Amino acid sequence: MPMVMSAHSGSTTSALRLKNVSKRFGGVQALDALDFDVSQGEVHCLAGENGCGKSTLIKIVTGVYEPDAGAEMEYFGEPVTHITPTQARRRGIAVIWQDLALFPEMSVAENIAFDSLVGSRLRRVDHSALAQTAGDVLDKLDLQLDLTAPLNSLPIAKRQMVAIARALVGEARMIFMDEPTASLTQAETDSLLTIVRTLSAQGVAIVFVSHRLAEVLDIARRVTVIKDGQLVGVYPAQGMTQSRLTTLMTGQSLKHQVRSRDLSNAPVVLNVQGLTREAEFTDVSLQIRAGEVLGLTGLIGAGRTELAHVLFGMRQPSQGVIELNGKPVTFSSNRDAMQAGVAYVSEDRLSLGLIQPQSIAANIVLPILSRLTHRSGLLSRQLTAETVKHWINELTIKVGDSDDAVSTLSGGNQQRVVLSKWLSTEPRLLILDSPTVGVDVGARAGVFDIVQRLADQGLAILLISDEVSEVYFNADRILHMGNGQIIQAYSPADTTIDALESCIYA
Amino acid sequence: MNTMLLRLRRLFGPELPALLVFLLLVVVGFGFIAPRFMTMANFESIAFQLPVLGLLTLAMLAPILSGGLNLAIVYTANLSGLTLAWVLIQFGGPDAGYVAFAVGVIAAIAVGALAGAAMGFVIAYVGAHPILVSLAMMIFLRGLGEFLTRGGDISGFPDYLRVLGHGVVMGIPVPLILFLIVAFAWHVILSRTRHGFAIYMIGSNIRAAEYSGVHTKRTLTLIYTLSGVLCAVAGILMLTRFNSVRVGHGEALLLITVLACFLGGVDPFGGFGRVLSVVIALIILQVLSSGLNLMGANQHLSTAVWGLFLIAVMVLRHVAGRLPMLNKPKE
Amino acid sequence: MRKYFTTHPSESWLLVVLLLMIVGLSLATDQFLTLGNISSLLNNNSVNLIWAVGLLVVLIAGGIDISFAVAASVVQYVAVFVLELFGGGNWAVGFIVAGLLGIALGCINAALVHQFRIITIVVTIATFNAYFGLLMYFSKGKFIYNLPEWWSARVVLLEHQGADGRWAELNLPVLVMLLCVLATWVLIRYTTTGRQLYAFGDNPEGAARAGINVAAMQFVAFGWMGLMAGIGGLMQVNITQEVVPNALIGRELDVLAAVVLGGARLGGGRGTVLGCVLGVSLVVITQNGLNLLGVSPFAFKMIIGAIILIAISTSRLSFGPRLTGTPVMRQ
Repeated sequence: MPMVMSAHSGSTTSALRLKNVSKRFGGVQALDALDFDVSQGEVHCLAGENGCGKSTLIKIVTGVYEPDAGAEMEYFGEPVTHITPTQARRRGIAVIWQDLALFPEMSVAENIAFDSLVGSRLRRVDHSALAQTAGDVLDKLDLQLDLTAPLNSLPIAKRQMVAIARALVGEARMIFMDEPTASLTQAETDSLLTIVRTLSAQGVAIVFVSHRLAEVLDIARRVTVIKDGQLVGVYPAQGMTQSRLTTLMTGQSLKHQVRSRDLSNAPVVLNVQGLTREAEFTDVSLQIRAGEVLGLTGLIGAGRTELAHVLFGMRQPSQGVIELNGKPVTFSSNRDAMQAGVAYVSEDRLSLGLIQPQSIAANIVLPILSRLTHRSGLLSRQLTAETVKHWINELTIKVGDSDDAVSTLSGGNQQRVVLSKWLSTEPRLLILDSPTVGVDVGARAGVFDIVQRLADQGLAILLISDEVSEVYFNADRILHMGNGQIIQAYSPADTTIDALESCIYA
Repeated sequence: MNTMLLRLRRLFGPELPALLVFLLLVVVGFGFIAPRFMTMANFESIAFQLPVLGLLTLAMLAPILSGGLNLAIVYTANLSGLTLAWVLIQFGGPDAGYVAFAVGVIAAIAVGALAGAAMGFVIAYVGAHPILVSLAMMIFLRGLGEFLTRGGDISGFPDYLRVLGHGVVMGIPVPLILFLIVAFAWHVILSRTRHGFAIYMIGSNIRAAEYSGVHTKRTLTLIYTLSGVLCAVAGILMLTRFNSVRVGHGEALLLITVLACFLGGVDPFGGFGRVLSVVIALIILQVLSSGLNLMGANQHLSTAVWGLFLIAVMVLRHVAGRLPMLNKPKE
Repeated sequence: MRKYFTTHPSESWLLVVLLLMIVGLSLATDQFLTLGNISSLLNNNSVNLIWAVGLLVVLIAGGIDISFAVAASVVQYVAVFVLELFGGGNWAVGFIVAGLLGIALGCINAALVHQFRIITIVVTIATFNAYFGLLMYFSKGKFIYNLPEWWSARVVLLEHQGADGRWAELNLPVLVMLLCVLATWVLIRYTTTGRQLYAFGDNPEGAARAGINVAAMQFVAFGWMGLMAGIGGLMQVNITQEVVPNALIGRELDVLAAVVLGGARLGGGRGTVLGCVLGVSLVVITQNGLNLLGVSPFAFKMIIGAIILIAISTSRLSFGPRLTGTPVMRQ
């Protein structure tokens, strides 16, 4: 039974009121009789795990999808039966999409003022008016960008700002922000949050989706929690804690224990001295011992992934030494690194970590094809099947049929496929780059259980993550990286998570 | 029973049953309306016509599986045929011996492989789009061929080549035997070797394949090289079938090979497709053509029917994909 | 200027190469920079350019069209019969008939692409075969010389007698080509619909979310291509004064190569009219230059193919996609 608390909604007028909204895709009930309401001028947080129906909800409100029969929708007090994206925009609804939904080849000005290009009538494009509109919004954001440059010439954080600017064009009365801060630095995030507060004071309703729960609770007035397409409840943000919110979202409470073990007697597996790559990171030195989990954290853009790429041989360093098991190594490709016992779980599981349309079995055996090849040159079917079966059991991957496409699996199970694929190469060093991106909060613990077990078996692990709690609770030691340099080392046993967070987000 | 079906489906791909049913329908249909259809002579003529198109289609298949396309296949085949013809003529034309033929075949295959390797190299290492690269290669090879032959025919080959193009061994036409051998080898390479495996993976997501340790550049180069080798085999067969070489021979087959691949269920985006299904699709096309031919229509009507047939199949696939009862239920 | 180089590398490079070629040819031959030569180049290549700008629009919208040259032949043939119904007609009727027929054929492609979610390369290869096969079947390959007077008569817009007594003239197709190029330029650069085409080709999902009518995009792109195919077909008849059903087949790939050379991206979102014009010009001027320099005509195509290949392999320009081996087409 959904519990609804109307803490602040007494005096304000409604911006959006949804009742009984359902949406079914084939066999999947994405939304199930959901109620949702936002008041004018309210900052409202929408919380839930990946795949809980948040983006479906946003797409229904903005007219990209049509809800199933029986839904009642009310925009700014007016009942609406059917809405298209253009009509939604005309009613003052704007979205900052999680994937930005921008146009890389088009100019910054066109991207920002894109809505003036939309419409079925053939009209003349006034390029100078576009530039004017875009320039005005960027001024409001206190941002300077070359308006005529194509969007793909900008770094990701700037593109994020373009997406934000696009939502602010015209008279937006309600803005959906789906993970708008994912690639922003703290300073940029702060300025966005200031804008959110200003807009809210002007009466604009803002629906905020973010995985940084602290940030959400800081600015939101109310929180709507969704789980499996159903409403869990609506709660005032005041007095809500991160752990309670997590429990509401996942339906289970998480226990945490700091790992932090002393492994100073274990042999050093990876020893990096003075590693530098132009324009990416400088003078990085670190060591990982057998059985140790070294956490590496910092903001997106700190050079973490770039460092991982060099350790995995995808790119070559301009200076410095990498030693594996005491021997200096140079990799000219990731195949050399794999040969030497390095495995790399990419942060981008969708496009780099797995080959989504191909089968689970194919993905698991891909890195070890040469080992599965007979002397005749043919792949051994038996060996392949055994390998696949072994890893599905070993990492308890929930699959119907190992010939199904990987894309049919949940995020957590997909990540297990990634892990088994790399473990099958029998690595000595495992690099995990943001291993829980796109993995449900509830399934994350399962992934980390595996990581802990692997470390206990003697594997050296480099755990990269921008979620401070992940490294805090799973690593033996933590390095903080910023601006391409190692800033500070921490031991989880000697610090608290709050202290660590304030250091990193400072 | 059900698991048996499932295993068959896994072995031969999801497209095969529908294609076989369709082949059956076409054969039975023509059997009723075209009296001379169900004759040995007709099937033999199909068996003679299939291999050239078949070999070229196999040459098109691997690049499509890898997410690309090879528009240069016909002219690669022409140039290889030309190479063989040149060698034969150097050794006396009609009097050239077996050794000359062997040397010519090796040279022809080398030329095909070289053309393919050059394309593969540019696609893999420069990162240019396969359509553009193979199109440029096509224009180049066509020009080179026309330059060398001045647009004319080259003929005058030893008589024993007739056996390859027109001979029959144990009732089976020699070209068909050649095609079946190549198709089987191609099937084994694609489905049972790690290079074949890598081709599918590259077709689905080349960057993820690279991250998994696949040497994607080398594999891509290899794919186009092998495609060139198959073109060379097709070119050699064309020489023996027509007893002459002309640059531009078989030009019309280029887009038919793409059509046959799509008909055989090959994913236009790459990553999925099987030799066996493509072979069945080829047989369907050839049977359609010969049936229409027996009913008095010419090759052009067959071409039109092939095009319409591809549209019909794609529409049916779309409709079938939207019918919930045909989809596997989710557990 | 420097910025244009970074945002439009293909166009800039082509411009530089083209200027060098023009200077070189002007110095090396005394015929290149004559009114007679330039006007005949314009007269003879206007149809290719009309098609090129049509194809450009399809490429920008993320599609590809293989069928347009064959569609132009169909338009020519059908137009002959339709015009007979109108008692011969005149230029105005001719443009309307050819334009509408072209648009109708383009819309068949668009309808199949949109309604059944078949990717453009599959659809247009299928319609290519269907259109061509049906045309050859019904026309029996016969030429038509008996055309309305106005259609086959040469319309001279400008003429000038050179010092050597030879006439240089510009004919109607050149004017029509200029209008088509101009119209396409205005469409894709200065209208909302044109910018929507870029957006749709660049990021179809994002375009749909922003409220762009996806079906309209396919119909506009293929309709425009069809219009250009029809007009090009009409002009081709004016130039050659005959209707030959298989005269235009094969031209589609040459036009495609020139357009992609001009910087249009296979996969959508990128391409300019200037690049398109430059791409076609490069091919044309190369051929003309070789001719004037006394190179054997048989070598032209080989050299053009080699130039494109070298252009692709030596420059890591934007010819290619963002990474190697991207799918043939996206939608």
